[in-house]
Amino acid sequence: MQRYSSIRLLREALRGHSGWEQAWNTPDPRPQYDYIIIGAGGHGLATAYYLGKNHAISNVAILEKGWLGGGNTGRNTTIIRSNYLHDESVAIYEKSRQLYESMSEDLNMNVMFSPRGVLTLAQNHHEVHCLMRIAGSNFRQGIDTEFITPSRISEICPSICIDGPRYPVRGALWHPQGGTARHDAVAWGYARACSAMGMHVIEDCEVTGILQSESRVTGVTTTRGAIHCNKLGIVAAGYTGKLAEMAGFELPIESVSLQALVSEPVKPFLDVVVMANTVHGYVSQSDKGELVIGGGTDGYNNFSQRGSFTHIEESISALVEMFPMISRLRILRQWGGIVDMTADRSPIISKTPVKNLYVDCGWGTGGFKAIPGSGWAMAELMVNDAPGLLAAPFDLQRFSQGRFVDERVAAGVAH
Amino acid sequence: MLRLKCPYCQLDADETELSPGGEAHIRRRAVDSTDAEFTDYLFRRRNPQDVHVERWRHSFGCGKWFIVARCTLTQEVFATYKAQCEHVPKSVLDAIDARRSGSGLRKAVQGRKNQ
Repeated sequence: MQRYSSIRLLREALRGHSGWEQAWNTPDPRPQYDYIIIGAGGHGLATAYYLGKNHAISNVAILEKGWLGGGNTGRNTTIIRSNYLHDESVAIYEKSRQLYESMSEDLNMNVMFSPRGVLTLAQNHHEVHCLMRIAGSNFRQGIDTEFITPSRISEICPSICIDGPRYPVRGALWHPQGGTARHDAVAWGYARACSAMGMHVIEDCEVTGILQSESRVTGVTTTRGAIHCNKLGIVAAGYTGKLAEMAGFELPIESVSLQALVSEPVKPFLDVVVMANTVHGYVSQSDKGELVIGGGTDGYNNFSQRGSFTHIEESISALVEMFPMISRLRILRQWGGIVDMTADRSPIISKTPVKNLYVDCGWGTGGFKAIPGSGWAMAELMVNDAPGLLAAPFDLQRFSQGRFVDERVAAGVAH
Repeated sequence: MLRLKCPYCQLDADETELSPGGEAHIRRRAVDSTDAEFTDYLFRRRNPQDVHVERWRHSFGCGKWFIVARCTLTQEVFATYKAQCEHVPKSVLDAIDARRSGSGLRKAVQGRKNQ
């Protein structure tokens, strides 16, 4: 792998950028691998990366039906935080946040992780209590959050209108270690690192069937032929259920659309991430100056990767109320992504009824922040055929056994 | 924006006038059911990239619950009908088959009948 560095950049600048190599290989699939991962988004690539890094397994193929990182990895609002409510969630999201801190060095790729702080606003009495509860819980878990008053909010983010007409700001959960990262760079960095370890990242390769023998997985059929494997991981977000159906089991997941939009670029005025769950809007400003805006999910099953005008209106009206100064900004782009929702809004990292077949899905509206931790836990599960401490609470059986990790409060609305 | 015809008041209602209510025709399980049956009742949901039969409520209108057969990929609406029935009516299944023969909905509906 060609290492990226400032010296390399200078050298290439002087010779017209003629020496850059392709960042990852685009090989034809081999007939057999030890491990196959379906889905070359963040989670799938991170799983492959940690198979290599933590377990020295490199005979791995990552199959992608579209292009690399073209699903939800390229469609989210890039927010990273670990201020969840329950211990199980905090463990995996905090692991993830810590891995983000060292990701640029790890992958030799600038993922632009920016721990600028996340401000979650409380705009009614109930929300004040919810966020205080999370702050208390986080204190015990060792996560750096605090509940702050409106005057402190104004110090951190002067442009917020504290005395809004509908929902005045009554306090906020301040999570200084949270922030954002460059989503595409995360996918590219992992793909490049996987490729350097000798793994095959295969795009334009849709899985059409799952091969089994005596309820043990033996491979997959794809649009580029049959590929055999010893172990198979399905990490395909909203499409995981479809693949599970091919393998003959069901997942308690429903796919809905979550949409986001970006404004035209303006000068820097917002150096934190602001989330407002009551009015369904969250916003950060990218390095280019665009406002990256997210809203709520559609309440109905949806596989069309586009948004609806109702949600744009809802998100924008919420934001204009919070930041009256942005009311005349123009919107550049708007898009939808298909998110896989579980009943308790927590993920599934689990073995399945088919031997040697594993799933990592159900990340719903909060998958981006979990990419490294999810990959770490899934790699551990696949290698040992048993979950490690991070993945254990998120097995499929929790639904029938009533062991929910209920994050509807912390995760049901905004990310 | 989705527009659905309310089968009670015959109005074409905008999405903002309606509330989605999830998969339709799920039979409530009693306390004497097995764990597996009750888990299915609570959590087993169809998630097709195809025709989905779902409940909607005309919340900012007549307030009635009704049922919609809609494609989750194209947003094509095949039928809306009143909620007072246990299964998808045959006429609706026929209408879907006429336009989308491979939808698999008929098979899925038949699979559920035994529950």
